[in-house]
Amino acid sequence: MRILVVEDDKDVAGFVVRGLKETGHVVEHAANGRDGLFMAVSENFDAIILDRMLPGGVDGLKILETLRAQKNPVPVMILSAMADVDDRVKGLKAGGDDYLTKPFAFAELLARVEALGRRGKAEAAQTKLVVEDLELDLLSRQVKRAGQKIDLQPREFRLLEYLMRHAGQVVTRTMLLEGVWDYHFDPQTNVIDVHVSRLRQKVDKPFPVALIHTVRYAGYMLRAEGPA
Amino acid sequence: MTGKPVSGLGLFRSAGFRFGMVYALLLTLSAVALALFVWWFTAGLLDRQTASAIRADAQGLIERFDEGGIAGLVATIEDRLAANVDDDAIYLLVDQNMRRVAGNLDSWPSVVNKAGEWRQFPVRRAGARSLALVFRYELPEGFHLLVGRDVQVRVQLGNLLTDALIWAVVVVLAMATIGAIIVRGYFRRTVANVSVTAKAIAAGDFTQRVKRSGRGDEFDQLAEVINDMLDRIGRLMDGVRQVSNAIAHDLRTPITRARARLEEAARNASSPDDLHAAIERATADLDGIVAVFQALLRIAEIEAGSRRANFQRLDLVTVLEGVADLYGAVAEERGMTFIVTHPPKLEINGDPALLQQAVANLIDNALKFSPAGGTVSLSVEVRQRRTLIIVTDQGPGIPEEDRVRATDRFYRGDSARGTPGSGLGLSLVQAVAQLHAGVLRLEDAKPGLRAVLDLSSMDETEAKKNPVQDAV
Repeated sequence: MRILVVEDDKDVAGFVVRGLKETGHVVEHAANGRDGLFMAVSENFDAIILDRMLPGGVDGLKILETLRAQKNPVPVMILSAMADVDDRVKGLKAGGDDYLTKPFAFAELLARVEALGRRGKAEAAQTKLVVEDLELDLLSRQVKRAGQKIDLQPREFRLLEYLMRHAGQVVTRTMLLEGVWDYHFDPQTNVIDVHVSRLRQKVDKPFPVALIHTVRYAGYMLRAEGPA
Repeated sequence: MTGKPVSGLGLFRSAGFRFGMVYALLLTLSAVALALFVWWFTAGLLDRQTASAIRADAQGLIERFDEGGIAGLVATIEDRLAANVDDDAIYLLVDQNMRRVAGNLDSWPSVVNKAGEWRQFPVRRAGARSLALVFRYELPEGFHLLVGRDVQVRVQLGNLLTDALIWAVVVVLAMATIGAIIVRGYFRRTVANVSVTAKAIAAGDFTQRVKRSGRGDEFDQLAEVINDMLDRIGRLMDGVRQVSNAIAHDLRTPITRARARLEEAARNASSPDDLHAAIERATADLDGIVAVFQALLRIAEIEAGSRRANFQRLDLVTVLEGVADLYGAVAEERGMTFIVTHPPKLEINGDPALLQQAVANLIDNALKFSPAGGTVSLSVEVRQRRTLIIVTDQGPGIPEEDRVRATDRFYRGDSARGTPGSGLGLSLVQAVAQLHAGVLRLEDAKPGLRAVLDLSSMDETEAKKNPVQDAV
């Protein structure tokens, strides 16, 4: 993916840029709002990581609003130290696709950016999600693996759907909480692990190959091959 | 922060002075208006009556002249003079040579030189000085008629009245001024009371309060409002102080731990693996610190009340089912029974995300402290327009003496030591309850704890009274 990082803090920017490059992405960096706006408008990116408070007279929201005013649909993740719910709402209203508050774990940022970058690609028309021998029918709401029907409760179905939509990508616990349960806070208990382990009991355990994998320090991934 | 004392202000910039002046002005104006009114209805009335009596008199005389000629007129004048008991009537009839024909004036007064005009002039009558008010009529054949009244007494009365009224106004003016000074002084004292308190507080003495006069008047009400505000600010400040102390205290431990790990690794790590492990543990410690920070900020945000913006009409049951769904799996995994009881639908006004989190915290606690195989229940009831969200567990509960402090930030009861947690969960629940105009009550479930989120003043709860019971 080609990703633009607009971030003024040198250490944070270096950390993000290096991390993204290491995972095989092409990264451009702008250290102030003016450059960021210029690059965002004049070049094509698969995703933009945007700090909210920027020097140079143009802040993150301004860049975002300009992009959206030009009907530029590039996925934008806002990165901000402003963690208030209202700030979050403001960021998303301005056209942000995701909002990550500082401090953050790189794994979280990477998972979210990758999820953003792949979003919207041939997703809308899908009625059936398939990974290996696992099939999820969005219309009849049925799940089959190796031709065998699997009974899932509604929430388990949504959890599996989310994992399958992000097949091959790391999905963090926070992403699952937000995407499946619409929760925007951090529960102290490892509730997500419990739900995923229940899902595994039904989807993976009766079969020889496991599809749902735990990714250390990050979250989960649903994919065909065993962990690399 | 140093305002000028009120007395040091220019006189006209003083609000107290202006109030006093307005008071004095209004009082004086009304006194003058009253005086004018009185004068108009007494002295003025007398004057008008005299004038109309003279006119009627003259009218009669002229009619008599028309009927009986000059002889009739003379006879009538003499009749009227004889019949005038008050001796205040004045008549004079002269011929074309201004010689007296009839009447009680000796000669034609020189000031009366034109017909159709009121004249007032001094006369000598029966040896005494007096005042006459007359009107001159022209009769045919060159006769002139003067009809009037002796108005000496009335003029004196009028003057007396006018004097009295002017004096009255002067007295009122003096009283108004005194009143204005008193009003101004009262005003100044009251304001000074408030400003002395405010200054003391600005200088750092937060124990000061505005004194109340005890009369229960508007100033007392103002003082009460200000004192309430100060109390609230004081509580908030105490809260902030407590939190800062607690932060300093409670974050010191994990920060020290992280620091020690990193330093230890930097000095002693013999292999890259050791170093990695140390760094990972330190990162986890830092994440824990960040989580505490975020929880604190969120509580502060809720307590500031700014989150009311997200209030909306919501179905509480949907919110609770979401939480129950999230934690039901956890309960099952730990071998606990999780019972959820609620009406089919329950609409309230609130912030769904916050209610979700508050209930999640309560259930999280209940699951954490319940023994394996225990029962945790979540139920919603509507009782007399109050919405009660009740979470009950079979854990050790909270001893009565600790319950008040259980919602304090960072407070962890004895039984909570050794379990994971930051001691912020119930603080958040309480903040959410307060935002929803409710309270969090902790009760003894014998055994265990019953946490009641009592959203008391929520409006229009249209609960259908047939609870659905379903065990998850």
